[in-house]
Parts: sequence; C-alpha cells; structure tokens
Amino acid sequence: MTALTLTLRDKPRHRIDLAAVCPDRLSGSRSEDVARLSLVYGNRRVQLGELFDVTGQDPNDLIIRNSCSRLDAIGAGMETGKVCIHGDTGDYLGWGMQGGAIEVHGDSGHWTASGMRNGIIHINGNCGDFAGAAIPGDHQGMRGGTLLVNGNAGDRTGDRMRRGRILIEGDAGDYCGTRMVAGTISVLGKVGIAPGYAMRRGTLLFAQHPVSMPSTFNDCGEHTLGFLRLLLDSFAELNSRFSQLDRNRLRVRRYTGDLACDGKGELLVWVG
Amino acid sequence: MIINGVIIDDTFAEAFGMKATRVLITAVNHRWARHAAEAMTGFATSVIGCGVEAGIEAELPAEETPDGRPGISVLLFGMSGKALGKQLEKRVGQCLLTAPGSAVFAGMHGDKTINLGRNIRFFGDGFQVSKLIGERRYWRIPVMDGEFLCEESTGYTSAVGGGNFLVLAASQIQALNACEAAIDAMRKVPNVIMPFPGGVVRSGSKIGSKYSALPASTNQAYCPTLKGMTVTQLTPDIESVLEIVIDGVSDYDVRTAMRTGIEAACALGMQQGVKRISAGNYGGKLGQFHFHLREILA
Repeated sequence: MTALTLTLRDKPRHRIDLAAVCPDRLSGSRSEDVARLSLVYGNRRVQLGELFDVTGQDPNDLIIRNSCSRLDAIGAGMETGKVCIHGDTGDYLGWGMQGGAIEVHGDSGHWTASGMRNGIIHINGNCGDFAGAAIPGDHQGMRGGTLLVNGNAGDRTGDRMRRGRILIEGDAGDYCGTRMVAGTISVLGKVGIAPGYAMRRGTLLFAQHPVSMPSTFNDCGEHTLGFLRLLLDSFAELNSRFSQLDRNRLRVRRYTGDLACDGKGELLVWVG
Repeated sequence: MIINGVIIDDTFAEAFGMKATRVLITAVNHRWARHAAEAMTGFATSVIGCGVEAGIEAELPAEETPDGRPGISVLLFGMSGKALGKQLEKRVGQCLLTAPGSAVFAGMHGDKTINLGRNIRFFGDGFQVSKLIGERRYWRIPVMDGEFLCEESTGYTSAVGGGNFLVLAASQIQALNACEAAIDAMRKVPNVIMPFPGGVVRSGSKIGSKYSALPASTNQAYCPTLKGMTVTQLTPDIESVLEIVIDGVSDYDVRTAMRTGIEAACALGMQQGVKRISAGNYGGKLGQFHFHLREILA
C-alpha cells in the first residue's frame, strides 16, 4: 500500500485543527472516508477533502504535503504509525503523543510535544516556544519520548517537563527547562537567560555556558560522570549531530539547583 | 570407558534447579573491577552456608561493557529469586558501592527482575539522582570519589546448580594439578562458574551426620585416610580426591563445562597420576538434572 498523502491545496485563511488526522485513528479508513472527515476550520466545520487532495491508502504511513504554520495539533494523541510533514506545522504538534514517529521537514509552532508520553518527534527546522512544556492548566509537560530539533528552539523549552528527552542541535531561547520536574534537555548551541529556573529535578546538558544562570544554582565543580556515556550511547540511533558526539566526552562542570525548589536538578556544561 | 589411561566411572552427577543472575561490574581498569568482583563473590561457595553461590564468569573488554570501561561479569546462583535478590542487594551494598570507581549494570534482561540499585540508592540520603535512559533506570549515588552508577534492577532466570565431577589421583599434588588444568579450560566456557576456592572443593559431603544438628558431613567413602575402616569407593592406588562443582545458566552449559574440564584433566593422563574420574550424586532421588559422565564424553 502506498502512503496516505494529504496535500494542502492553498494556504488556509484560518487555523485548522488536524487532531482527527492521526494514523491510529484513521486505521481501516479508505481515502474517500478520510476526505469526508470533519475538521474545525476557524469558527466552522469543513470536510477534509475541501482543503486537501487525498491520495494513497496506508494511514499508518501518513504524509502531509504543502503544510503550513496554520495546521495545528498534527499527531495529537497518536499511538502508532508514522507521520511525515513537508512544510511548517502549527501549534500543538504531537500533543499527548503516546507512540510512533513524526518527522517535520520545516519548522513547528508553539507547544510542540506538549504532554508527549512516548515516540519520537523530529523537527528538521526550528520549533517555537514551550516545546515539551505543560499547557496552561496541565501539571506536567512532556512525560516521555524524544523531541529532536535540528534547528533552534524558542523560549521556555521543557517547562514542567516530567520525563523524556529534548535534544536541540541549535540554540535554545530563554528560560530553558523552567519548573522542570525530571528528564533531560540537551542543547548544542547557545542557551538564553535563566535556564533551569525553578527546576526541581532533571538534567540540563549544554555544550556552551548559558548567557546567565539563576543565582540559586551552585557550582559543584568539574567532574567525569559515567552516566553520560550511557546517555551519549542512547543518542546513537538518532539521525542527528547528537549521534556523532564523542562518547568519551564525559567531563562536565556541574551546577545544582534550583535551590529555591528542592535543588535536585543539575545543569551540566561540557568542558574541555 | 578409559580416556588416556584414566577410568571414567559409569555414574552421574546430580544437579538441582536454581535461579541465576548476572551483573556487569566496571571500573577504571581491570584491576579495580576485579577487586570489586572478588569482594562480591567472596564467601559464596555454597547456598547452604553462604546463601548464594557466585563467581567471576569472564573479564570483559571496555567495548563490551555498558559504560565503555573495563569490566567483569559475575554470575550469582540462589535457591529462589527472593533469596538471590536478598544476597545481591547485600553484596552490591557492601562490596560494589564501597569499591573505588566501580559501577554495576544488569547482565540479564527479562520479565523477572530483582533489585540491583533500587534500595541501595537510599545511601544517597536524598542526593541520589535517577536517570531513565531508554527503558532502563539508573541511579547515580554520590560517594566520596564521585558517583556510584548502578542500574535499578537486573533480570534472573532458571538455572542449574551442583553439576560436578571428582578427580581421583595417586597423590594430592597430582589431583590438584589435574583440577588446575580442568579449571583453566572451564574458565573459557561461558555461562558457568565454579564457586569453590580456585574452582575446586576438597570437602565433598554426604547428606546427614551422626550428630543430629548437622545436615551434612564428610563423605567418608571418598576420604583416602579412611580407606581401611569404612565402605570405600577408593582403590589402594588412590591417595587424594578433589571435586569441581559447576553452576550454569542451563544444563547445556553445565554439560559443556563438565566435558571441557574432564577432558583437560584426562589430558594429563595416568602418567601424571590421574587415575579415575567420578561424580557425586544422591542416588538420583533429589536433583532433577542427571549428567552421566560417559554420555557427556561420548
């Protein structure tokens, strides 16, 4: 079977909620059924076929072509399958995702991977603010899985993150890892102000010293940490610069904090 | 059956079902990994008195260990998963947590698990850090030389304990030489350990004793100094008997180790004082695994 392909005809005037377009929810559907799906488009409902050309049969291998930043909630709640997006995406990409894989050949909007529990989201471009963060009213952000960003991430990446890993090859904005409960965020580029503000536990692993650090982080000196080898080995499967890092680069400067909130988190900066 | 002039008795070794686990110990170099492994496998010759039978299985090069450092693989055998888990935690806490530069990882994976670092972590007094990497959870426990890295749990499996054979020789030193040759060869077999000192035991036992408090006592039928006063299994030309006990992850592993060891002992031959190879059993009534010597060597 060929991949189920949705091609956006024109850039929409309003935002479109694509939460219904998810491989496991489309399982068993024919392309005609998919074209009849009801979508929220601005303040009204339209059939998917009015906006997209639908071809192919296999919903487990979903391709969205000509995508743009007004397509929200792609892969929300997704459990299995693969979604490949050509173009940018809107907000809430992979919201509450529980498995499978999403690959974006473009940029993603805000709240990418919010509430994600498992699976992998790979953004070949940049992603917006609050990646892997908790949406307002939610107690926890990302709860598992992997968010890999080849480009840069916006502000408040990993806010209230609980588990999983966010890997950013480029730069991260301000307040990276704020209120983090656990998990791992690694950034190979620059990091903005106040990373780890109010974090309780978890690991921030940076290649460069952040622009500024909260005063409630304490310097614990330079150390060789064996667990980093396991972490670096776990990156080997990724199609990313993270898989090419020297696996013996285990020397880091360790800062612990935020001491205003338990202080069991750590900010590690590679040295040497 | 006679191999190189050595008589192979028509008998069998009787072995028992046990539970086994493997852990991988790493350190800054093999010397310190071995220090840790030897401490962990000390006083672990027999489940009867030690609670567990343990030994070093193999030395691992850095590229075969989880953290890329030199390592040692250790096998532990207990009578149940619970007993094994209890001993493992004690030994990790007292022998690995304390060993400079050491880290410990699961060497088996599966549905049935026992604690490795799940409770040891509390030594960190609240400063311990958990990391979930892939599907596995690790604990980083701060200690005076840095961090003790310890996987949360390890798998265990059904196994076989108590495979054995006896080397009957013309003198003590010749029995010992034959056993050394056997152990050197058997150490190359994977999935087995020989838990006694140097892999060899001299105090073969029988069930029961004239003293009611003792569950086991010396096996006088194989004691050369009692040849003239008891029902003996020894001929006049035999002056010394030594036993090699094997625990293995499967009966195939035990069988392979027994064959390897007996062949190495027999290679020395009658000229080196090796007279007979026999095996210990309880009449076949207690153990579920029977290893017939002549079948193994056929």
